[in-house]
Amino acid sequence: MPESNDMATETTIDYASFPDVRGRFGDYGGRYVAETLMEPIEELTAAYQRYRNDPDFLEEFQGDLRDYVGRPTALYHAKRLSEFYGAEIWLKREDLNHTGAHKINNALGQALLAKRMGKTRIIAETGAGQHGVATATVAARLGIECVVYMGADDIQRQAPNVFRMRLLGATVVPVDSGTRTLKDALNEAMRDWVTNVDDTFYIIGTVAGPHPYPQMVRDFQSVIGREARAQMLERTGVLPDQVAACVGGGSNAIGIFHAFLGDDGVELHGSEAGGDGVETGRHAAPLTAGRPGVLHGNRTYLMEDENGQIIGTHSISAGLDYPGVGPEHAWLKDIGRVSYAAITDEQAMAAFHDLMRCEGIIPAIESAHAIAHARLLAEARGGQRILVNLSGRGDKDINTVAKLEGIEL
Amino acid sequence: MSDTRHASGSRLAPLFQRLSIENRAALIPYITAGDPSAAATLDLMHALVEGGADAIEVGVPFSDPMADGPVIQAAHERALRSGLGLRGVLDLVAEFRNRDAQTPVILMGYQNPIEAMGVADFAARAAEVGVDGVLTVDLPPEEADELSAALRAPGLDSIFLLAPTTRAERTQAVASRASGFIYYVSLKGVTGASNLDTDALGDQLDRIRETCELPVGVGFGIRDADTAARVGAVADAVIVGSAIVRLIHERAEAAGGVDATVLGEVRDYVATMRQGIASARA
Repeated sequence: MPESNDMATETTIDYASFPDVRGRFGDYGGRYVAETLMEPIEELTAAYQRYRNDPDFLEEFQGDLRDYVGRPTALYHAKRLSEFYGAEIWLKREDLNHTGAHKINNALGQALLAKRMGKTRIIAETGAGQHGVATATVAARLGIECVVYMGADDIQRQAPNVFRMRLLGATVVPVDSGTRTLKDALNEAMRDWVTNVDDTFYIIGTVAGPHPYPQMVRDFQSVIGREARAQMLERTGVLPDQVAACVGGGSNAIGIFHAFLGDDGVELHGSEAGGDGVETGRHAAPLTAGRPGVLHGNRTYLMEDENGQIIGTHSISAGLDYPGVGPEHAWLKDIGRVSYAAITDEQAMAAFHDLMRCEGIIPAIESAHAIAHARLLAEARGGQRILVNLSGRGDKDINTVAKLEGIEL
Repeated sequence: MSDTRHASGSRLAPLFQRLSIENRAALIPYITAGDPSAAATLDLMHALVEGGADAIEVGVPFSDPMADGPVIQAAHERALRSGLGLRGVLDLVAEFRNRDAQTPVILMGYQNPIEAMGVADFAARAAEVGVDGVLTVDLPPEEADELSAALRAPGLDSIFLLAPTTRAERTQAVASRASGFIYYVSLKGVTGASNLDTDALGDQLDRIRETCELPVGVGFGIRDADTAARVGAVADAVIVGSAIVRLIHERAEAAGGVDATVLGEVRDYVATMRQGIASARA
């Protein structure tokens, strides 16, 4: 047991008390938006603070997570992968959620909030399309109009999800500005929101954006870690040595990390998109190779040039192809509670195949970054018990993988 | 009280004092610096003044102009292709001051380029080159303490936005931190939108003036001499952005650059707006 004063001080951080009233995680977070959005954000904050502890709201949310989403998701001991990698690997099966990823936990929570606030229109941004599909799904279920903004390049990369959203009745709007990816979709959704603030609820898909989004999305996603922690204790009697999760904006990672933040013995590892390698500049790893700045309503680590212009990112995974990251991750990096590393496209694709061959599970390419990270952790220190958040399933990525292998489907 | 708020180094307070006596609203055109080039921007700034601009708002190019509509977004993208960043914009203002020491210059942009340069360095250089006020679109007063303090030291104004969604208590809080003037965003939306209701504007401005002593400028949705005149009848400043940016782009595309003819057309366009405003309170 740690007895030094330093350790004792570290354990006194009350992680649940963050963000503060200004929406700050240390120096990060806040509210950097144009004036028109300040009152709507205040309104949202007030509504969220009211409902986050409201028994009736929580009962509805938890009931829907159980009956509609399919929670709790399984904790799976990946024995053949464990043997192959030389560690004891457990997968939190968020891929088994309705719509195939963790995204629905948050989309559902925000949609229920939108309903209680009397909003009649929902908008969202999406990168890989998983958050767009999740939002279109809950909007269809609640009978609310839904508009999803998606970068024109991502629409090309993720055609099945685009079709899925349209089948669900959502309008998918291609965004041709800027780099034609997730960040530009977010800009465009913000523009829609500022124009239609009276009747529209903006469901942000990750733990970024102006306060209260990073807190609200974290709270809705933290069910992942609460379940996983209890399941690990039940199945193994102990906590994992390490937890790994991929980080684009960072919602699945915050979701699984949060329950473990106070467990000093549990190492937490975030897997950023290393693209062609951080040294090439063609990546999407702001925590590994960026610096603090302001974008999309919050202060956080960003990929930017010397003039403060946001630079184009590269990742094989559309869901991680984002130049920023949630502000809580920025803070957790600075205080040293979570370690972040960049996983290259090549490492992620190798892990994608490993999981398919060893376990018969198709991971989303996003989630394959966390699997690859587990391999690196296992190589560095064999025999550890590693919990990996398998945040989504990879059926949506089949076209991408086929193209890599020169196969026309 | 207003003396302490009106920054001594800024040309904005004297401008509004003079126009108050003349009983006329200020005309403040906006252009995006570097669209299509830094050299063209310098020529355009002088043309705007020749046409009758009382002050100039210079947009600082940013990769993610979230509060801007399609016209100004495209201008930012063209400007970025020309390679102009915040330091370059400040150099441009320095050059402008070689020929024009009077016309107030307001920088309008987003926070990240300022942070990348360093807030203190930015404020010092802005004061040195003759900037009068800074409007940072994504920096509400709650987040602006550091920048406002850095600007206040050399006497520059911090200009803040008010919106149709801003409630009375907040209006007061925003106004208490602002100097120079208040920029009222006349509609819910991004720059370049077209649903401006000039009839309702008078009432909205009356409500703002109940708690705000500063001059109130109005922008978003003003696109011709007629809307400029109707806004100028009730506002202290008329801010025209997308309409001018569009005109410059269309004429420059047709002419293959910003030549003397294009500059003349821009000058004439501004003059028409200025005439509209001059007649507004007759």
